Amino acid sequence: MSILSIKANSLSKAYGTVQAVKNVSFDVRKGEIFGLIGPDGAGKTTLFRILTSLLLPDAGQASVDGLDVVQDFKLLRQRIGYMPGRFSLYQDLTVQENLQFFANVFGTTIEKNYALIRDIYVQLEPFKHRRAGALSGGMKQKLALCCALIHKPRVLFLDEPGTGVDPVSRKEFWEMLRRLRDSDITILVSTPYMDEAELCDRVALLQKGEIMAIDTPEGITASYQRPLFAARSDDMYRLITDLRTLEPGADCYAFGEYAHLALAGTASRSATPTRPTTLSRRTSTETIQQYLESKGHQNVEVLNATATIEDCFIELMHD
Amino acid sequence: MDYAIQTDHLTKTFGNFTAVNAISFEVAPGEIFGFLGANGAGKTTALKMLTGLLKPSSGQAWVAGIDVTRKPEHVKRRIGYMSQKFSLYEDLTVRENIRLYGGIYGLKRTDIKSKTTTLLEKLQLEPYADQLVVGLPLGWRQKLAFSVALLHEPRIVFLDEPTSGVDPLTRRQFWDLIYEAAHTGVTLMVTTHYMDEAEYCNRVSIMVDGKIEALDTPRNMKKAFAATDMDEVFRKLARQA
Repeated sequence: MSILSIKANSLSKAYGTVQAVKNVSFDVRKGEIFGLIGPDGAGKTTLFRILTSLLLPDAGQASVDGLDVVQDFKLLRQRIGYMPGRFSLYQDLTVQENLQFFANVFGTTIEKNYALIRDIYVQLEPFKHRRAGALSGGMKQKLALCCALIHKPRVLFLDEPGTGVDPVSRKEFWEMLRRLRDSDITILVSTPYMDEAELCDRVALLQKGEIMAIDTPEGITASYQRPLFAARSDDMYRLITDLRTLEPGADCYAFGEYAHLALAGTASRSATPTRPTTLSRRTSTETIQQYLESKGHQNVEVLNATATIEDCFIELMHD
Repeated sequence: MDYAIQTDHLTKTFGNFTAVNAISFEVAPGEIFGFLGANGAGKTTALKMLTGLLKPSSGQAWVAGIDVTRKPEHVKRRIGYMSQKFSLYEDLTVRENIRLYGGIYGLKRTDIKSKTTTLLEKLQLEPYADQLVVGLPLGWRQKLAFSVALLHEPRIVFLDEPTSGVDPLTRRQFWDLIYEAAHTGVTLMVTTHYMDEAEYCNRVSIMVDGKIEALDTPRNMKKAFAATDMDEVFRKLARQA
């Protein structure tokens, strides 16, 4: 038994002239939560469809739980659970009927694997006679997860489970995923929300069908090279505009309450302290503060910042 | 003060379910106002009433000084609206979409022409003017949709999850456009599921079960809830429900 749960090797897929997935390779270890992080159109759903045997790749191979996604598709489908991005349960069946249906299709019973879904299903139980179509977004998502789990799959594929779901429901959903990982189920999950990357064991950052980076979330943020500052003032629109003209190569974008200013060059806190001094190296929180005050900004605050996954994603997009 | 948006006990019931429960708030001209809430909290119903698409069950609302209950058609002409789900006709070209919306909002032919030129130039879309919208990257489409929503120079624009699903860079470039519009005095009412975007708003309201449970600047809200970011504020508030 391999410790690899998913192995994707040089996968490519085009729709007409659009290259949806370009030469994508990655491995997911058994029991890992692996995130495919990228915006709409990055190729996430295409990869999911290939790995769940619903779409043939143009080139490359992939295996899931040791089974080839093309040759062994029948066996494979017994061992995986797939929750597509769009709600795909029967809207006219009740909560309980949907779950019963999926259990039957996979030749099992709700009772047999109840332990796996208990934590999630107890929240649905009060509504078990309600039609699935009449559930709220968060409840639909929980039911879909139960249906994808009822046959006790070894690998779970979750395509954008958080899209269109509010932050509270999203947080609860991730708590459920972490409990599932503890029962040895491998989880491949995709999301356009970068903050969810931090909840995965490892992530692949995906853009335009290609993987830009694969690492632990900490590994990705640690590899950020540019000097990074966070700044705020009373007029954020003008602050961002002013910081962009601070010096050549400066990029500035809003990041929550602060704007992040990334300067050209390598961060002074990087592993190579002997680097020659660049223009940016002389720029400090003090000089930025002075610059902003000279531009008439009120209530200025400038700090050294640590890169987030989003800073890294934006940086990789520039490359 | 003339508010851009003002509601007074605005309510909508469907059968015995109260989707929006007597909400009262004001939005100042030129403000970026974040309209937040969990799924099913009543945001969409409230937005539909404010844009003249749904008749309130009781209470009142004025948008750009117009009573939405009495003159919903007048409201529609004075506002811009953009959502991620529906904004542009994919099977029309960039130019055709601009012309269509210009026509719908009753702009003169010469105005549509000059506005098309300015808009294409500003968005750097000239080379793609005669391409179908369906072929454009999502980020470009959203920027175009926003500019089209501003075509008839509305003083108030409603943005319903405008940035959902786009990459982090495009999301921020989109917010540059929002800031820029606010700087020219346009009022923006924005819904979003990205809590960092809540921080970009001047003030934010959070709806829970049909009611506005909190309304303040992001900074004051964080202070009041002893939270480090808006995500935490949101979770603390919604948990009470």
